[in-house]
Amino acid sequence: GTDSRPDPFRFFRGLQKGFCVGVLPDGVDRNSEAFSSNSIAMEGILSELRSHIKKVLAGGGEEAVKRNRSRNKLLPRERIDRLLDPGSSFLELSQLAGHELYEEPLPSGGIITGIGPIHGRLCMFMANDPTVKGGTYYPITIKKHLRAQEIAARCRLPCIYLVDSGGAYLPKQAEVFPDKENFGRVFYNESVMSSDGIPQIAIVLGSCTAGGAYIPAMADESVMVKGNGTIFLAGPPLVKFLENVKLNEKAFEQAATGEEVSAEDLGGATVHCTVSGVSDYFAQDELHGLAIGRNIVKNLHMAAKQGMEGTFGSKNLVYKEPLYDINELRSIAPVDHKQQFDVRSIIARIVDGSEFDEFKKQYGTTLVTGFARIYGQTVGIIGNNGILFNESALKGAHFIELCSQRKIPLVFLQNITGFMVGSRAEANGIAKAGAKMVMAVSCAKVPKITIITGASFGAGNYAMCGRAYSPDFMFIWPNARIGIMGGAQVNHTEPKCLNRNHTESKYVYNLISSAAGVLTQIERATKKRQGIKWTEEEEEAFKKKTVDAYEREANPYFSTARLWDDGVIDPCDTRKVLGLCLSAASNRPLEDTRFGVFRM
Amino acid sequence: SDSASIKPKDRCIEKILVANRGEIACRIMRTAKRLGIQTVAVYSDADKDSLHVKSADEAVRIGPPSARLSYLSGATIMEAASRTGAQAIHPGYGFLSESSDFAQLCEDSGLTFIGPPASAIRDMGDKSASKRIMGAAGVPLVPGYHGHEQDIDHMKSEAEKIGYPIIIKPTHGGGGKGMRIVQSEKDFADSFLGAQREAAASFGVNTILLEKYITRPRHIEVQIFGDKHGNVLHLYERDCSVQRRHQKIIEEAPAPNISEKFRANLGQAAVSAARAVGYYNAGTVEFIVDTESDQFYFMEMNTRLQVEHPVTEMIVGQDLVEWQIRVANGEPLPINQSEVPMSGHAFEARIYAENVPKGFLPATGVLNHYRPVAVSPSVRVETGVEQGDTVSMHYDPMIAKLVVWGGNRGEALVKLKDCLSNFQVAGVPTNINFLQKLASHKEFAVGNVETHFIEHHKSDLFADESNPAATEVAYKAVKHSAALVAACISTIEHSAWNESSHGKLPSIWYSHPPFRVHHEAKQTIEIEWNNECEGAGSNLISLGVISRPDGSYLIQEGNDSPSLEVRVTREGKCNFRVEAAGLSMNVSLAAYLKDCYKHIHIWHGSEHHQFKQKVGIEFSEDEEGVQHRTSSETSSHPPGTIVAPMAGLVVKVLVENEAKVDQGQPVLVLEAMKMEHVVKAPSSGSIQDLKVKAGQQVSDGSALFRIKG
Repeated sequence: GTDSRPDPFRFFRGLQKGFCVGVLPDGVDRNSEAFSSNSIAMEGILSELRSHIKKVLAGGGEEAVKRNRSRNKLLPRERIDRLLDPGSSFLELSQLAGHELYEEPLPSGGIITGIGPIHGRLCMFMANDPTVKGGTYYPITIKKHLRAQEIAARCRLPCIYLVDSGGAYLPKQAEVFPDKENFGRVFYNESVMSSDGIPQIAIVLGSCTAGGAYIPAMADESVMVKGNGTIFLAGPPLVKFLENVKLNEKAFEQAATGEEVSAEDLGGATVHCTVSGVSDYFAQDELHGLAIGRNIVKNLHMAAKQGMEGTFGSKNLVYKEPLYDINELRSIAPVDHKQQFDVRSIIARIVDGSEFDEFKKQYGTTLVTGFARIYGQTVGIIGNNGILFNESALKGAHFIELCSQRKIPLVFLQNITGFMVGSRAEANGIAKAGAKMVMAVSCAKVPKITIITGASFGAGNYAMCGRAYSPDFMFIWPNARIGIMGGAQVNHTEPKCLNRNHTESKYVYNLISSAAGVLTQIERATKKRQGIKWTEEEEEAFKKKTVDAYEREANPYFSTARLWDDGVIDPCDTRKVLGLCLSAASNRPLEDTRFGVFRM
Repeated sequence: SDSASIKPKDRCIEKILVANRGEIACRIMRTAKRLGIQTVAVYSDADKDSLHVKSADEAVRIGPPSARLSYLSGATIMEAASRTGAQAIHPGYGFLSESSDFAQLCEDSGLTFIGPPASAIRDMGDKSASKRIMGAAGVPLVPGYHGHEQDIDHMKSEAEKIGYPIIIKPTHGGGGKGMRIVQSEKDFADSFLGAQREAAASFGVNTILLEKYITRPRHIEVQIFGDKHGNVLHLYERDCSVQRRHQKIIEEAPAPNISEKFRANLGQAAVSAARAVGYYNAGTVEFIVDTESDQFYFMEMNTRLQVEHPVTEMIVGQDLVEWQIRVANGEPLPINQSEVPMSGHAFEARIYAENVPKGFLPATGVLNHYRPVAVSPSVRVETGVEQGDTVSMHYDPMIAKLVVWGGNRGEALVKLKDCLSNFQVAGVPTNINFLQKLASHKEFAVGNVETHFIEHHKSDLFADESNPAATEVAYKAVKHSAALVAACISTIEHSAWNESSHGKLPSIWYSHPPFRVHHEAKQTIEIEWNNECEGAGSNLISLGVISRPDGSYLIQEGNDSPSLEVRVTREGKCNFRVEAAGLSMNVSLAAYLKDCYKHIHIWHGSEHHQFKQKVGIEFSEDEEGVQHRTSSETSSHPPGTIVAPMAGLVVKVLVENEAKVDQGQPVLVLEAMKMEHVVKAPSSGSIQDLKVKAGQQVSDGSALFRIKG
């Protein structure tokens, strides 16, 4: 029923807002121009995002989906849904992998990956989408598969392979087959994870041809579905295979031996469960197969210690929701990256009870550090409030060291244009300070999760745990931009520094260089040296071309299509995603951190 | 009553052995307990853990499941009585209750038989003797001619005396052969001669009897009671007209639409009948009532407590079992005829495990979910089973008697319908839905009951597949129920996983709605509707369940239909408050696993539907009810296999393997619960794989034979 009772904690809540330590203020001016312009802009950004997602969720299109259904096969996300505990959450990764990456669309990169619980145990799911190019492996498919395995290995998550794939996409075999991070690595990872006691479970729901055949063959346990599931190493003639994966079975019947042999007889569940022993469980149909899959997980006994002390080890996780509306993150997220905002207004909307105990609040103020809880899980949060100075970098390194020592997971909220540059900063040893933070980030063995909320430029990306620093998870807001330098900031004339009292503020403008600006300067200098006259129009055109290229490549879709992150998320899903990531990342016993040599 | 007037026997009954089982055994023990009398139960191996055994102070095993070797074994029961020191035996109804030999055996052994004298049982047990005695006592009998004089003119004049319409029957034989109904004098000669010829041809004897033909008969019976001091009184009548397979299913007291005078005459006739055989204890005199002429005729007397005695108890406010014990103790009846009160109206509905569409064939199985309605001073549930019990093939498949009382017939009927819609049984098919239809029929509402009621109104009472409009309406209701089922299942599953994973994973993994990146979690629930209509098969309903942030569900059938917003509050293990499209109601759900299917029953309002959902091998441990996996292989029989329509005993096998049979030819005879069922060849061909023999027990759905065309 409706709750009309007075809130018994109202009084205390009032107190908290006024006096209590740790509770963040609202921090948002709803009447500001930025607030309204951001929300309008975000509406457009999100509707674009939704239209991309809609296409991706439709898989390989109506025809392919129909064909799939006619074979009594579910779509990959439906398969996952039926494996998951009923009504449980699923953290899907890199939905937009492969977005506008190839000539042809490749929805979700042809493979669905993500984390969810089976019988209360978190698992990593890797499900081929047979409606997308017959579930074949493009380079990005492999990258996504390997990334899922990387997370699984790191978080010690049992791997569930839902196999329905025609193997490698042959026209791109050079980018798929030979290199270290190519197809072979999938099986290498399976072996190594298995040796490490991380269960590898394959459910063969469709064809498993050539290389694909090794996925179930390498698994600890495998299930095969009668009729649909087939495993064979030697496939039909490549050309026919490429023409249409659907022809697979037919073509095989006409194979060179001339014998009339059906796919089921050659590599079906009956053969592999009764004769070859390639598979272990015989399933009557898909639902049966998925049910067996659930049972396998139910029977897993992982003797390795699970869960971390101090994060969610306690039995009763009671937490408070944030005090402020999380949907307002859509209006806080900056669209114009010159515009600064207080990262605390994000923190206030994603942490339990909006409680944030800030560390070194008055020192190095362009970096905000402190402790909070997300769904009851303790975290150390590092957020940007402007460019990184000496002090902020030192503060960051200090805080990371602290959290590593205490085994507290780290959350990085990136909105960074870079490190302070300029003669004074260099003289102060900004490079040394930055190196300390980068060293700390690199070596910290605690779970690290990075969210790019706005800008992610230059060495700031590194210090704030960009992709190269192996965060356990990394997500990007759809308004964000990522690149070595900002592209559009070419024409601003006034320095926009948040902290006007800062002694070094006057240097800021000159030293925040934009990519286009720099390139134009260099080009102008080159032309001058060669004695070529450069008209203003020509210079503008050059500038525009440069800006456009940077814009395109700094776009979050460009990033996420290439798996520079684990997915684009709606700002108002940030708290949930962080909560899910933290619990997945805390699924392993933690090692002690050993730092390298800090330059003092 | 005045306690000073009671002259007790030297030694009162202190311990009763109840020579029966099921609800009546429980019923008798309840009264005995109230009176401070100890009870002894007897049980066969099939009833080892049953309610009547648990209800008794002591219990004695009397043999294997077969009634012949246990509940009908007088000697074993006498031995049990002597072993436990019981002074009296209450036979209940059925089994030994109308065995004069057993009553005599008790008397001879110095035990009190709680019932009439053995002589009265004997007299009333012989149908023709009883009619002679009744005729002599002036109790009206169905007018007829049973004489030896068979001359056509004489017969015709006898027919005249009886009054048309009459029925002509051969004295020998049966099965309707030679039987003729004659509406008027002019048809008499033809029918009579025809009947004679046919009788001669079929039975070799051409003697004929005549009886008045009653076109719209009612079955009305009078409860009588006598003591050992010569007092006999009646406790008014019961109408038991509504019957199927010659068995009562709804009884009521008093009988509707009869005058006070008729009632008084009926009562008087019943008392006369009892007096004529020196009756004491409880008995029932059955009459057939001609609704056209308002005449009543004696049919037979039941010398025991009847199944439907509670309706009488409800309107007279007396405990008849207590009376039985007092009378057995030698006490006089506590009141006299003028003191017998009558208040309000009572109904009894018998809830059976049976297959209504298959012609009310008895059903067997496990009561996976059993929740009778709550009892109150005006609602009684007489039952001998509990959730988890098995309704076996060995005994009567009655699950319970639902008895309701109201200030008048209308009020009682409202209560009856309400109770029926709240009476929850899952695991075995029951007649509850059918009883509901009966009670809701407009002719029943006005008391127009007669013994052919079900036959006359069958088009209203049985779902008619040929009526597409009605089917459409019914199917729409089913789909609505299916949506509610989906929402409730989602709620149960969600909370189950949330609780079982608590402490292992943060609750965010089981938040409501489940988290998905950029899309709504949509669970697909596919359930099959178990259509009760015979041969209608099942309909697969696919439902999409979308969890919404506000805790509600959007249920969508197919992809294009409008979605239904459903909000579920769980109020107990199987109880829910469900709000669907703004309408909020109580919903109950029962689920159990059987044969790789999860069977789901839903009750809401007056609706009850059942569905089944295919499950993989994985069974969740916290399922409601009892897990029961039968060895039935229904789905794996080769084509052309004929399966047993009910569990029972093979009485006769009429053909041999490889024999050629015609379509409709009887192949074997099954018997269960007093009922014989002939299994016929569904098509012509040769009999194959005939594996059963006479005397063999078969379970419901097991293969009997195969026809090769």
